[in-house]
Amino acid sequence: MSTISEIPKEEYITTCTAACAGCSSSLSLRYVLKAAGPDTVLVVPACCTSVIQGMYPNTSFNVPVYNIAFAAAAACASGMSKAFRSAGKKTNVIVYAGDGGTVDIGIQALSGAFERGTDFLYICYDNEAYGNTGMQRSGATPLGAVTTTTPAGKTETKKDLDQIVAAHNPPYMATACSAYPLDLYKKVKKALSIEGPKFIHILAPCPPGWRYNSDKTIEVGKLAVKTGSWVLYEREYGKLTVSGPSRTALKKPHPIEEYIRAQGRFKKATPEIIAELQQSIEKNLARIKKEEEGIC
Amino acid sequence: MLMISTGNKAVAAAVKQAAPSVVAAYPITPQTEIIEQIASYVAAGEVETEYIPVESEHSAMAACIGASATGVRTFTATSSHGLLYMHEMLHWAAGARLPIVMANVNRALGPGWNTWAEHTDAFSQRDTGWLQVFVGTVQEAYDATLMAFRIAEDERVLLPVMVNLDGFTLSHIMQSLETVDLGDFIPANRLPYAIDVKNPMGYGPMTGPDDYFRFRWDIERSMRDAREVIRETEEEFARRFGRKYGPAEEYRCEDAEVVVVSMGTLGKEAEVAVDILRKEGIKAGSMRLRWFRPFPDLDLKGREVVVIDRDYSFGFGGVVAASLKAKTGIECYNVIAGLGGQEVTYNDIADFVRDRRIGEEMWFGVSE
Ligand SMILES: Cc1ncc(C[n+]2csc(CCOP(=O)(O)OP(=O)(O)O)c2C)c(N)n1
Ligand code: SF4
Ligand SMILES: [Mg+2]
Repeated sequence: MSTISEIPKEEYITTCTAACAGCSSSLSLRYVLKAAGPDTVLVVPACCTSVIQGMYPNTSFNVPVYNIAFAAAAACASGMSKAFRSAGKKTNVIVYAGDGGTVDIGIQALSGAFERGTDFLYICYDNEAYGNTGMQRSGATPLGAVTTTTPAGKTETKKDLDQIVAAHNPPYMATACSAYPLDLYKKVKKALSIEGPKFIHILAPCPPGWRYNSDKTIEVGKLAVKTGSWVLYEREYGKLTVSGPSRTALKKPHPIEEYIRAQGRFKKATPEIIAELQQSIEKNLARIKKEEEGIC
Repeated sequence: MLMISTGNKAVAAAVKQAAPSVVAAYPITPQTEIIEQIASYVAAGEVETEYIPVESEHSAMAACIGASATGVRTFTATSSHGLLYMHEMLHWAAGARLPIVMANVNRALGPGWNTWAEHTDAFSQRDTGWLQVFVGTVQEAYDATLMAFRIAEDERVLLPVMVNLDGFTLSHIMQSLETVDLGDFIPANRLPYAIDVKNPMGYGPMTGPDDYFRFRWDIERSMRDAREVIRETEEEFARRFGRKYGPAEEYRCEDAEVVVVSMGTLGKEAEVAVDILRKEGIKAGSMRLRWFRPFPDLDLKGREVVVIDRDYSFGFGGVVAASLKAKTGIECYNVIAGLGGQEVTYNDIADFVRDRRIGEEMWFGVSE
């Protein structure tokens, strides 16, 4: 499959959801479900997706959605996956969790489920803050970003979730971004064809949280990739391959300012912070290049 | 200073004045505004507090425990699932005799997700050894938070205190707030047995049955002493700042023949209901229970009692009604109302009184 027009027309999310205008995490979920198809259960901890799906007795999603407590998604999915497999069912169990529910409160359950080799797909959609509760900082909030609990800009760097997951040696893990739906679609398809614990980390720009106009949601995602702030890759059985859209950035990334200036949340970032962000991009790109070439 | 404030901001204003050395907190609706406000005070250098943005509520309480054990003043705030996720650490904080103060914005429990007011979250922590007070106004949220530090840190108590305020109906509404010039109302925190490398001790090691039993009794002894400390503190508060509080807020109870017992903001609705009923010739009164732990002695002899429970203990009954009955032997008309933020107006409360059937339980709005 090489063009977006080949993605199935079936929709598993109705056109009416409670998401904000320009919400790219719900856009991502649309493609995730197109790839996963109807034999799928979503496990959702407390996050924006708990709200986006709508209010009882309505639902905007057309697959079963199992809502669960904030810290518990991966553990709940462990039980669900074992139960389906013991009944001889191949049903996809997909956790769709925010960054807070993944890198902060949910990381213990995530680690446990991966260590036990649970047959499921864990997707973290990363809007780099606690969206549901009104944009407080999370461990995934980048350095310098203003949130409601970091009014002067975050003083710590973004937690490297992917390295933590990689340390569990899952058979498949990948990064994706809402601005590249075809890439995301293919990665979900591939992940679900593999048995065991799979992980996809989606960068999901968020207009109210990142403070840009909702019509810019794709543009901001593309800038994240073009500047190398976000690198698209997949790691199959430990072998890393950088994905198409990130190839150019790997060679010559756009300056970070292009990404940062498109968003209001970095307006308090000093030149020093911007330089630090730029350095960490260069370090990360170098590390990924080396890993892809097999020198690490 | 007189101002307009939400319940959440009133709590934050009190915390700012009490100036804890450490605040460790995690966001959850409808508490979030409290910690956002504190974070902004800290960022602006308006208060000398270390703010730890922990990764969960279990860690929020654990961080408060670690900080408090060194002898400094600590504060956190949470709600609903956050409070439940802390549960293990709540027992720990009380068992370790640490005077941590926490605001809990009362909210219903999932599933399904519901962010509106209910008291089951706090009542589920009934047996943790925390003192619990429930407030009914923005002013009281502020006053009770200030008093909580003094009560918790009193050496006769040395137990954590939870200040409960209703989600949205108090946390997010605006009322007038008069802040006080605190002076020395809250004396410096002097925790005995604070961690001291010059005097090394083991904290919470393996403990055999006899010693363990004595430690538990000591918690209860302090809970009993806390009644006196609460009384003294509320009296001193009234003397200095002019606002009177007690174990319950009574409204037109002196000659009342029927008394509505409730907690939180419903207690303020009940006062309006009492006025309506009085006009009809029904001698009604309202008793808004403020302290839940230690549970106060209420004088309800010779009156008919209508208890509104915004909570439920499944398989048993309303928690407040059951507690009152256990303490006083009084049979009441137990109305279960307001769960998950169900709207309960003063007219509804007046109806509860008019239609009371003593000895029965009624689920408001559910017809079988
Ligand atoms: C134990 C517990 N603590 C706090 C909350 C409140 N809460 C619900 S969602 C959320 C933030 C979720 O952030 P994230 O996982 O990044 O997802 P997003 O909302 O950004 O989609 C918080 C703090 C909760 N529901 N349960
Ligand atoms: S806050 Fe952000 S992630 Fe949440 S629904 Fe709105 S746009 Fe989507
Ligand atoms: Mg998030």
